[in-house]
Amino acid sequence: MAGTLAEKVWDAHLVRRGADGAPDLLYIDLHLIHEVTSPQAFEGLRLAGRPVRRPDLTIATEDHNTPTLDIDRPIADLTSRTQIQTLRDNAAEFGIRLHSLGDADQGIVHVVGPQLGLTMPGLTVVCGDSHTSTHGAFGALAFGIGTSEVEHVLATQTLPLNPFKTMAVTVNGTLRPGTTAKDVILAVIAAIGTGGGQGYVLEYRGEAIRALSMEARMTICNMSIEAGARAGMIAPDQTTFDYLRGRPHAPEGADWDEALAYWRTLTSDDDAVFDAEVVLDAAELEPFVTWGTNPGQGLPLSANVPVPEQIADPGDRATAERAIAYMGLNPGTPLRAIAVDTVFIGSCTNGRIEDLRAVAEVIEGRHKADSLRVLVVPGSARVRLQAEAEGLDKIFLDFGAEWRNAGCSMCLGMNPDQLAPGERSASTSNRNFEGRQGKGGRTHLVSPLVAAATAVRGTLSSLADLTT
Amino acid sequence: MEKFTQHTGIGVPLRRSDVDTDQIIPAVYLKRVTRTGFEDALFAAWRGDPAFVLNQPAYASGSVLVAGPDFGTGSSREHAVWALKDYGFRVVISARFADIFRGNSGKQGLLAAVCAQEDIEVIWKILETRPGTEVTVDLESRTVTCDDVVAAFQIDDYTRWRLTEGLDDIGLTLNHVDEITAFEATRAGWRPHTLPAKHLPPVHVEAARPTR
Repeated sequence: MAGTLAEKVWDAHLVRRGADGAPDLLYIDLHLIHEVTSPQAFEGLRLAGRPVRRPDLTIATEDHNTPTLDIDRPIADLTSRTQIQTLRDNAAEFGIRLHSLGDADQGIVHVVGPQLGLTMPGLTVVCGDSHTSTHGAFGALAFGIGTSEVEHVLATQTLPLNPFKTMAVTVNGTLRPGTTAKDVILAVIAAIGTGGGQGYVLEYRGEAIRALSMEARMTICNMSIEAGARAGMIAPDQTTFDYLRGRPHAPEGADWDEALAYWRTLTSDDDAVFDAEVVLDAAELEPFVTWGTNPGQGLPLSANVPVPEQIADPGDRATAERAIAYMGLNPGTPLRAIAVDTVFIGSCTNGRIEDLRAVAEVIEGRHKADSLRVLVVPGSARVRLQAEAEGLDKIFLDFGAEWRNAGCSMCLGMNPDQLAPGERSASTSNRNFEGRQGKGGRTHLVSPLVAAATAVRGTLSSLADLTT
Repeated sequence: MEKFTQHTGIGVPLRRSDVDTDQIIPAVYLKRVTRTGFEDALFAAWRGDPAFVLNQPAYASGSVLVAGPDFGTGSSREHAVWALKDYGFRVVISARFADIFRGNSGKQGLLAAVCAQEDIEVIWKILETRPGTEVTVDLESRTVTCDDVVAAFQIDDYTRWRLTEGLDDIGLTLNHVDEITAFEATRAGWRPHTLPAKHLPPVHVEAARPTR
């Protein structure tokens, strides 16, 4: 029977088909762990006297709470320090590999997995973090889980799951210069809404997707959850195989050949039927920014802040009014006129080496606007080392930016990197929820290129604004 | 997990859509390593507003939250469910839940009941007109009763069964441990192992310092 990519990966992991309304039981190939969503899961294991079934399919890193300055000193925040220490204790007790702060393989869990070559096509990957969808860029079925499920995977290496529906998101054509993967996914989310993907696995396909690098594909799959979809996938191709070959955990020798032969079968069949379909034309896309308090409230940079009175649906109108009030904006203001206080470049969405290179290329030889601060936070310690080897750190420092250690940083208000109440950011991260970057903080989600141009000019800007 | 068959409690109208888990519990409260004690963190940012529904005495002891569509979007944090439960909520009613939130609820005995938005509008009016009105949620008949309104809600059969029996998921899965072991024997050799660890050579990472 013809199948979609997601269905093929699902079927290859069936331990047991559910009957009488019971879910299927799926085997999990790779379980990623971090300090925030795991302590209660390990505690559950201890209380039940259960071991971790497969420590050799599990890996942990410290990312959410970690400071990005002074990482060689004790963590000042005591609750953060306790949570990190709890992960260290649990990893030692249960025999789990952990990359701690200061280790060259420490970093955001979704940056670390791919760079070690642990993320591969055809795997099931889970983590107690909704941005696990990132790993779908390799053609893996990867999704975020709650802490009870973390405990379940630790104990059984499986998860009971009901099958997802499938949605094809086809992006035809070619992206214009200055328009990136981030703009594509923000446009997709604006098109289908924050709930539009609920219950679905999104499969991104089409010419524009095929043309993207692995890192750009990760940016797209990363934000699938912002459209409500637990997972997003891209069929593996030569770009994927080239990225993987030679990485520390990539298969070698005969294993590589066997893997490659299998991976080449991981595409949706021509006659596969998707439950839903969305089509976008890449050539029509412009740099996208969000104006509101959910990732679906985005518009092309050339647009204006919406005028609620012009929104027909009463629910949408009320939501827009609330968002505009929280964001401290005036209806009808051109988005380009919005001045920001902070530019944040980093996160599991846009904290990879290509993102840093793209930013460096724009800002080289310039200085940031005096009115704002710029944080550049690599997604992992390896990304930081790579950037330094390429001299990017000098470019950031000369620009007036702060060059930090790896972590989730300002993507979420769990570590010292936060917005003050009322402060406004242009952020390459993934969520513009109220208070996400710190209580009262106001977030505009942007691509690395828009972040760079904004850092130069002080107001939301694109590359085109720099050349005029 | 505590069994759930029927619950009656004060209904709390939360007239907001897209209530994401960062609103239910901000990240700063996720640093705790316990599974209880999150009640103070529930809707922390909104509770500073005296007009917020839970700050009104008639609703403060509510246990049935009636929310707008797309409840629980965003982060996978199960702390959102713990915070709702710790506060005293047993049921959340919405026209649509985010997948991860709904899954987390089912694991923790918090009933996520999917009702039609038009029914929710009617229930909101009743709860706002007569604050403190009780709502009865019956898992057997899958109905929500509020005053003279009886509305159907949806929940999948399996979650309903687990809630009514109060069953532990891990225990259920471990009944099939032989099948898991048999599956493991068929896994291809190229699939990754995190141990023994392989990585690029260790390198010293310089600590960044504040720039002033």
